[in-house]
Amino acid sequence: MVTLTINGREVKAEKGQTILQVAREIGIDIPTLCHNEALEPYGACRLCIVEVSKGKRTKIVTSCLYPVEEGLEVKTDSPRVISNRKMILELLLARCSKNKVIQRLASQMGIEQPSFKSEYLEDNDCIVCGLCVRACEQVVGVSAISLVNRGITKEPASPFLEPAADCIGCGSCYYICPTGAIKMEDRKDTRIIYNWKVEFKLKKCKVCGNYWAPEKQLDYIKKKWNLPEDFFDICPTCK
Amino acid sequence: MSANTNEMPNKLCSKQDLEALQKELINGRKSDRVFISVCNGTACHPYGCAQLIETFKQEISQQDLGNKAELRITGCHGLCEKGPIVVIQPGDIFYQQVKLEDVPEILRETISKGNIIDRLLHTDPTTGSKIVHRHEIPFYRKQKRNILGNNVEINPTRIEDYIAIGGYTALAKALFEMTPEQIIEQIKRSGLRGRGGAGFPTGTKWESCRHAPGDIKYVIVNADEGDPGAYANEGLLSGNPHSVLEGLIIGAYAIGANQGYVYVRNEYPLALANITTALNQAQQLGLLGENILGSRFDLNVSITRGGGAFVCGESTALMASLEGKVGEPRAKYVHTVEKGLWDRPSDLNNVETWANVPVIINKGADWYRTLGTDSSKGTKIFSLVGKISNTGLVEVPMGITLREIIYDIGGGIRGGKKFKAVQTGGPSGGCLPEKFLDLPVDFDELTKAGSMMGSGGMIVMDETTCMVDIAKYFLTFLEEESCGKCVPCREGIKRMRQILNDITEGKGGEEDIDLLEQLSATLVDSSLCALGSTAPNPVITTIRYFRDEYEAHIKEKRCPAGVCKALISYYIIKEKCPGCGLCVKACPQDAITFIGKKKPVALDESKCIKCGACYDVCKLGAVGRK
Amino acid sequence: MNEKVNAIINKYNGDKGQLVSILQDIQTEYYYLPKEALIQVSETIGIPASRIYDVATFFRAFSLEPRGKHLINVCLGTACHVRGAARILEEIERNLAIKRAETTKDRKFTLETVNCMGCCAVGPAVKIDGEYFGHMSSDKVDNVLTKFE
Repeated sequence: MVTLTINGREVKAEKGQTILQVAREIGIDIPTLCHNEALEPYGACRLCIVEVSKGKRTKIVTSCLYPVEEGLEVKTDSPRVISNRKMILELLLARCSKNKVIQRLASQMGIEQPSFKSEYLEDNDCIVCGLCVRACEQVVGVSAISLVNRGITKEPASPFLEPAADCIGCGSCYYICPTGAIKMEDRKDTRIIYNWKVEFKLKKCKVCGNYWAPEKQLDYIKKKWNLPEDFFDICPTCK
Repeated sequence: MSANTNEMPNKLCSKQDLEALQKELINGRKSDRVFISVCNGTACHPYGCAQLIETFKQEISQQDLGNKAELRITGCHGLCEKGPIVVIQPGDIFYQQVKLEDVPEILRETISKGNIIDRLLHTDPTTGSKIVHRHEIPFYRKQKRNILGNNVEINPTRIEDYIAIGGYTALAKALFEMTPEQIIEQIKRSGLRGRGGAGFPTGTKWESCRHAPGDIKYVIVNADEGDPGAYANEGLLSGNPHSVLEGLIIGAYAIGANQGYVYVRNEYPLALANITTALNQAQQLGLLGENILGSRFDLNVSITRGGGAFVCGESTALMASLEGKVGEPRAKYVHTVEKGLWDRPSDLNNVETWANVPVIINKGADWYRTLGTDSSKGTKIFSLVGKISNTGLVEVPMGITLREIIYDIGGGIRGGKKFKAVQTGGPSGGCLPEKFLDLPVDFDELTKAGSMMGSGGMIVMDETTCMVDIAKYFLTFLEEESCGKCVPCREGIKRMRQILNDITEGKGGEEDIDLLEQLSATLVDSSLCALGSTAPNPVITTIRYFRDEYEAHIKEKRCPAGVCKALISYYIIKEKCPGCGLCVKACPQDAITFIGKKKPVALDESKCIKCGACYDVCKLGAVGRK
Repeated sequence: MNEKVNAIINKYNGDKGQLVSILQDIQTEYYYLPKEALIQVSETIGIPASRIYDVATFFRAFSLEPRGKHLINVCLGTACHVRGAARILEEIERNLAIKRAETTKDRKFTLETVNCMGCCAVGPAVKIDGEYFGHMSSDKVDNVLTKFE
């Protein structure tokens, strides 16, 4: 166990925990975008930054990754932290100027317009947080997509920009995306995930007749956990 | 055993074997033979040194000098400006800018008769007199070539040469006369700081790695010298790969690592080839691999090529690349000496850092401390480039001033122009103006001034360099090299570059400098790795020291240095133009036309794309730029 | 192609950590990374195709499109930059009617830039295939390019 202070409050924590975990446990809110408890922390969006001091040295670190230490002093909303967070959001808003989620986050920090010339504002939805790719790899386990290219053109994509051959249509990427950048649609008996150029036939429930999940996803689950062939013939609602 | 045979000596199984071989090789060198060292370094390749070497081989045979003269194909000699370079021993005779036609004469006169050929000698720029001996040349006089100096003595593809000059003695001493703790103690005492840029105390790093829990540890050579304009590591790795290898083996022994990696930049084919040869030869001789010299210490080393990514010079990105992944850095809250490659304790050091190790072990930490300043011991290799007279690789004691390097060693600004700034530390460093010329070169001094030591690039700029353009240049470079993972770097560098672009096109506004400073602060604080956090340095230093240039671009829409295309125009200086038409031919847009015989040409500004071809081609100074 | 790629994989013992080296060798062999070769690597070594594609698109050494017969590398390192490298690049782009990272329609030249080759003494420097050209200026470009068939 270690003792540290967060915003003046003394708190005991277990070794190996991150500042973000401990802060959330005691009800302190630190904004995040690329973080999800089901996944390894990534440290890409930099929104969760906090100011830490030990003795004289102060530095800015990402709370999602920084391990707690004995005697650490953490400030989650110092002026330095706030001004950094503001600029990060301005940068995101400049990239995704029409995205509602980013607009809302920026507005919460008092930003209505980014400080950059309007002719340079872009209209993306993706913030390259990597959640879709990481979920596909760490939770689903198929790694159908990855973050391709480098630098400003980095983006999640399917291999060779062709229909993602390993995708099982589970939609985890769609559900986990914080900005709605992934477009998925269930149309009658077909699911389409536009971003990875894939289409899946949905399974029809023997009882209610509803189309409820991609057959490929169900086959994957059956194979992985050795389930009987007809395991998913009846949908969960009817079971 | 003649030094001319191509057969490798027998495997060495003990310290005594090494000593015996060394004795034999030294005796082989002591002869009345004359040694002709020809530089085959990368920087000399554009001069055609490869053909020069062939010509020497043929001529030596033709003049039947095979018993009298021995050709030694070496790595970089340092004075790249004057290549191809030939050094003749004994006598330390230095011939520069040697042409193919000079070869027969060199052999007939200098080698056979001992006569000096005046026209091939270096001219002292101040006195105008010719200098015969290399060590008397001003370029070399103030240097302390403790590490690079050996390049002239050896063929980097022959391990025997390296052993003949004392190579691997330090390794034998370390393995048989010292404990790992004693080795670390020596390195700590020496004050050696990482030569890759950050300057972290090497001994401390080794110690942390040694004490980190885990049985499997790694040592890594970072040869991914990505700073544009820096080729100091290249000259060292290709010219004396064994010096780096010897240091690596000593370090591995001290830390307790049995696996090593050399990560070589993709754009350095010669360095890659030479370190590969060195590795194979060391393996064959029992200086690498299992049971080194019979010490029971094992070390295996593999070589990996970079893929063309500057960010892979960052230690965690390099390690990711070694794991077969994209070169994305990760947070270093847990240091790589504890969890690095494959999550195991890993010690990564720069090429030059490793090359300093055998020197320290051989001569002792106390000797090493006699050179340098309080905080920075030893020497540093710089690639001195840009608007300098003597472009090349220099090695100087820490504490020497920038003025001494640029003027005494570098010969001042080329073309008689005026010094404006010197840039160190690559894209992570800063541009220092004239008032810092007397700054001692030292890790802490450079950092205090706003720049940093970096891995060795030292770029000199003159009055024709636009400092706003330089800031834009570095940001453009980093924008392409950013891995793209974190928001501040990926998005922030792009926005800074856009602002600088606008300023160089005359579209800048008053608020731009403030915005650049705000963005800089965010990048410094919140970036994931040092690429992002040091990216603002060129911008911050140019704003700090050359604010007047920014203001000229913004307020007056003028580029004082005459570089930013949108703000300059070319024109014909009628009094100087005889109508020769060279510029007419050179112009890709047909913007210049003949008017008549012996009459000045006419330049149509509306067609001019400011490519500068006319300016480059006119030898009479009849094309002006404003 | 199958055999050559297998040979390359075996050279590195199918070690996943050597993926970049494996791709380097494939690039050297074929002058680019053919999709079939990458899929073969993925299936043989057991790395998901997405992981190979992200590495292939991350590093500049790799090209997923067939390269031209001759590879032009224009150095844009700082030392060459202050000596006017940008103008050399522009002139080559104009002469060949392509931009950097592109290949001419007749597949004769591919134009790339590099950030420092270590030839700062003779900057601005250009390298075509293995040959170096130093002290370049815009008026020399045409002469240099016509040397290559």
